Amino acid sequence: MKRSKTMELGVGIFMLAGILGLVFLGLQVSGLTFSAPGDTFRLEANFANVGSLKPRARVTMAGVTVGRVTEIELDTEWYDARVVLELDAELEGQLPRDSTAAILTAGLLGEQYIGLSVGADPETLTHGDTIRDTQSAVVLEELIQQFVSNMATN
Amino acid sequence: MIARLQQLGRRGCDGLETLGRAGVFLALSSFGVPSREGWHLWLRQMHFVGVLSLAIVLVSGLFIGMVLALQGYTILVDFGAEQALGQMVALSLLRELSPVVAALLFAGRAGSALTAEIGLMKATEQLTSMEMIGVDPLRRVVAPRLWAGFVALPLLTVGFSVVGIVGGYLVGVEWLGVFDGSYWANMQASVDFLDDVVNGMVKSLVFALVVTWIAVFQGYDLIPTSEGISRATTRTVVYSSLVVLGLDFVLTAMMFGGLS
Repeated sequence: MKRSKTMELGVGIFMLAGILGLVFLGLQVSGLTFSAPGDTFRLEANFANVGSLKPRARVTMAGVTVGRVTEIELDTEWYDARVVLELDAELEGQLPRDSTAAILTAGLLGEQYIGLSVGADPETLTHGDTIRDTQSAVVLEELIQQFVSNMATN
Repeated sequence: MIARLQQLGRRGCDGLETLGRAGVFLALSSFGVPSREGWHLWLRQMHFVGVLSLAIVLVSGLFIGMVLALQGYTILVDFGAEQALGQMVALSLLRELSPVVAALLFAGRAGSALTAEIGLMKATEQLTSMEMIGVDPLRRVVAPRLWAGFVALPLLTVGFSVVGIVGGYLVGVEWLGVFDGSYWANMQASVDFLDDVVNGMVKSLVFALVVTWIAVFQGYDLIPTSEGISRATTRTVVYSSLVVLGLDFVLTAMMFGGLS
């Protein structure tokens, strides 16, 4: 009977350790938080070239993450890319209408994300509006081409 | 020529028959835990299959995590991207290495023992005697082992991941001098709980079912001689390893290959 007790204890500790391990993987490794996803609102932005921007990429403002990209599709009217952004609801009615969105790269080889910078228009962007002033992703080939042609003219 | 064809056909029929028997066997034996006595049998098997496998799984996890960090560091430092070490260690462990390596170790440590145990019971006619006194060996012998394996391997896989990530931390941060904050922050930024941790667990559950199923079925279905037992034990390890690696490719293609 005593042997069975220690066995039960061993199995109990084993299972508890497994569950604690899963909690560790959730909290420490994948950075899961218990806060529910807050309210969001949608903005659209058209870019001439999105580079390698992916859905779920970050949207930042002054380096702080304020939302994410939800959709990227080809706009067949203008033949550019329409990107749908989902931003924190507290920014609704706070961003001036002439704010700009640029596609930036984190580090040399890092992922691409969208950086917003504030304009000065008194009117503000609300749900479903489009950001007019955008800056496309930097494509390395174009940069090199420009550099080479500059060299040639000099 | 015709004899060859006939032989091939017989092989095919035998194979299908075995597969069918294994399926019926799984269906019959998976309903056997609820009674109080069954619970105790399950606990005993959990101890044997789970707790006693802990040492080998955790030690392997620690070393695999440390090797990953060391190898990853020497590659990443060329690109000046050694901050991404945590991300690399965590993703490769959670998505691939933990489920697969833990399942392979489990097949070698616990699966072969299950086959040999059940096989010897069959060879010494304990299973037949159980049937004679009205005890269903599927419920009494096979079901607790099946369920113990099904629960134990995912827990072992979690342990493997945790210890591996800590091992990577020890080598990467404490020894090689990657900044502590970027190790965890990069990891947290890139590891998604649903996509990575839960998918790894799903893989592990599938492997647990398959490995334990193969082990107990090989034990139950073997030819009851000493040679038969040794062959069945070998088959358990070989089949389990092959099936785990093959299924891993299929599952990875479904989860991360963009097929869904």
